[in-house]
Amino acid sequence: MLDASEGYTTADGRKIGGVVMEMKNITLRFGGVTAITDISFDIREGEIRAIIGPNGAGKSSMLNVISGFYVPQEGEVWFRGAKRPQMKPYEVARQGIARTFQNIALFEGMSVLDNVMTGRLTHMKTGLLSQAIWKGKAEEEETANREVAEKVIDFLEIQHIRKTPVSRLPYGLKKRVELARALAAEPKLLLLDEPMAGMNVEEKEDMSRFILDVNDEFGTTIALIEHDMGVVMDLSDRVVVMDYGKKIGDGSPDEVRNNQDVIDAYLGVAHD
Amino acid sequence: MPEQLLFAMEVTLNGLMAGVLYALVALGFVLIFKASGIFNFAQGVMALFAAMTLVGIMDGQVPFAHLINATFGTDIHHFGWHVPALLAIILTTGVMVLLAIGVQKFVMGHLVNQEPIILFMATIGLAYFLEGLSDLMWGSEIKKLDVGLPQGINETIDQVTYDLFGYGFFIDNLDIVATVIAALLVVALVLFAQYTKQGRAMRAVADDHQAALSVGISLNFIWVLVWSLAGFVALVAGIMWGTKSGVQFSLSLIALKALPVLMLGGFTSIPGAIVGGLIIGVGEKLFEFLLGPALGGATENWFAYVLALIFLLFRPQGLFGEKIIERV
Repeated sequence: MLDASEGYTTADGRKIGGVVMEMKNITLRFGGVTAITDISFDIREGEIRAIIGPNGAGKSSMLNVISGFYVPQEGEVWFRGAKRPQMKPYEVARQGIARTFQNIALFEGMSVLDNVMTGRLTHMKTGLLSQAIWKGKAEEEETANREVAEKVIDFLEIQHIRKTPVSRLPYGLKKRVELARALAAEPKLLLLDEPMAGMNVEEKEDMSRFILDVNDEFGTTIALIEHDMGVVMDLSDRVVVMDYGKKIGDGSPDEVRNNQDVIDAYLGVAHD
Repeated sequence: MPEQLLFAMEVTLNGLMAGVLYALVALGFVLIFKASGIFNFAQGVMALFAAMTLVGIMDGQVPFAHLINATFGTDIHHFGWHVPALLAIILTTGVMVLLAIGVQKFVMGHLVNQEPIILFMATIGLAYFLEGLSDLMWGSEIKKLDVGLPQGINETIDQVTYDLFGYGFFIDNLDIVATVIAALLVVALVLFAQYTKQGRAMRAVADDHQAALSVGISLNFIWVLVWSLAGFVALVAGIMWGTKSGVQFSLSLIALKALPVLMLGGFTSIPGAIVGGLIIGVGEKLFEFLLGPALGGATENWFAYVLALIFLLFRPQGLFGEKIIERV
């Protein structure tokens, strides 16, 4: 087990810091159905942490617990060294946890730039009255936020569609815009819900590259969900494996790959 | 120019001005519908409530006077002071914000994620509640509202048109003021929606609730904000209508005229509400002028609804509404 205060060094030599988020004995039920059973794991500063598992394993439920969309019946969520009280999703977002959605939740009527700018909302402090009266200060803030947004747009190579309404974009680009919006918030923790779902090989490679680059360039801590094993193993530093709502594996990709429970979950077990 | 044509021009102008008032009410509907998907049946009653409150505050009326007197055997009706119009408008705006907070906290907050029809029913309940509350608070008699807006025929237009065509146009000053104020209001709303943080958040909520939550927007706050805005728009509409024809309960019926306006303009479009209002305003006046005599008059009562019906047949999303595309 790793010590909470110290980090570790990855195979490619990156330094991983202390614990950013810790889930302690999380149990989530919907009526009589238990989606998550007593799961604990942590996410460390600067790492790419994956949650994998077959369909229906409870991965998305776990992400929704982290982002505050679901409230677990049991267990504690610790964020940056403090126990998180029960919070609404928007409060979680204001704490610095940004996310994307499996089925893309963008503001379809707005342009790409406007979408990315909404990611900056939590960073806008000027009140309504001062925006009306003291134009200068609001403009200054707007410019600063705009710079961050443009930087993210450049970084994810979507400059050419800045002014295009999102509804006109193809699926792959929408996914990228959603990532841009989340990134614009300069999150302390970035949650990606199946970032590669429904993509072709080329798009998957692009997305993998962007996720690695984001982590590398901005040092963003990333937790992602994916059921495509191959992609995850190349991408992530540590992997949690879920099956039927339970944790069946946790460790580096290599450790997980050789874990008998994981192999059974993915390939099935011979019943004799 | 022939007399008839000039007269038609005058009717058109007057229709445009009447349309502005329809547009104002429709605007309140659009604001709430866009941001929360709620069709607010109570918008017209809100205009009534706002106008009643404004008159009540200006005249220094004691709210719930009848109730208080009946309960305690007292006989108080007035505080004995008069509040200047501007201050009274500010106070009334405050009341409308309180109303918005109350609506969100006690009604809509409990109905999150319910079917649109349930939300709609809730607003019908709200309409009846507000109507009763207005009555209880301020009494049911017709009141005169005068916030100092100019009224009566505009002499300049009358004179100029008389010099030009030999026929003076009758344009009411109040209609001109209403048009200017409505235009300013729309510009202010558009600037707010486009350039402020809250406006951006409002558009975000209108577009996608889940995504809005994920970027840190409180839905509750935005809904209180749009209900407040709708309350303010209702106040402006209430002032205009109240000044024109007295503050009375039939004011709430103007909400019904806003329905055809919305069907024409589309439920989700601010420009649509304005253009729709103008078309209905001009349409009903011109129709009455051209065909009214042949049809036995009083066509203004039904023209708007028939026009809306025709629109529903051929362009159900309205002129500016979002096109409904069904993907298979």
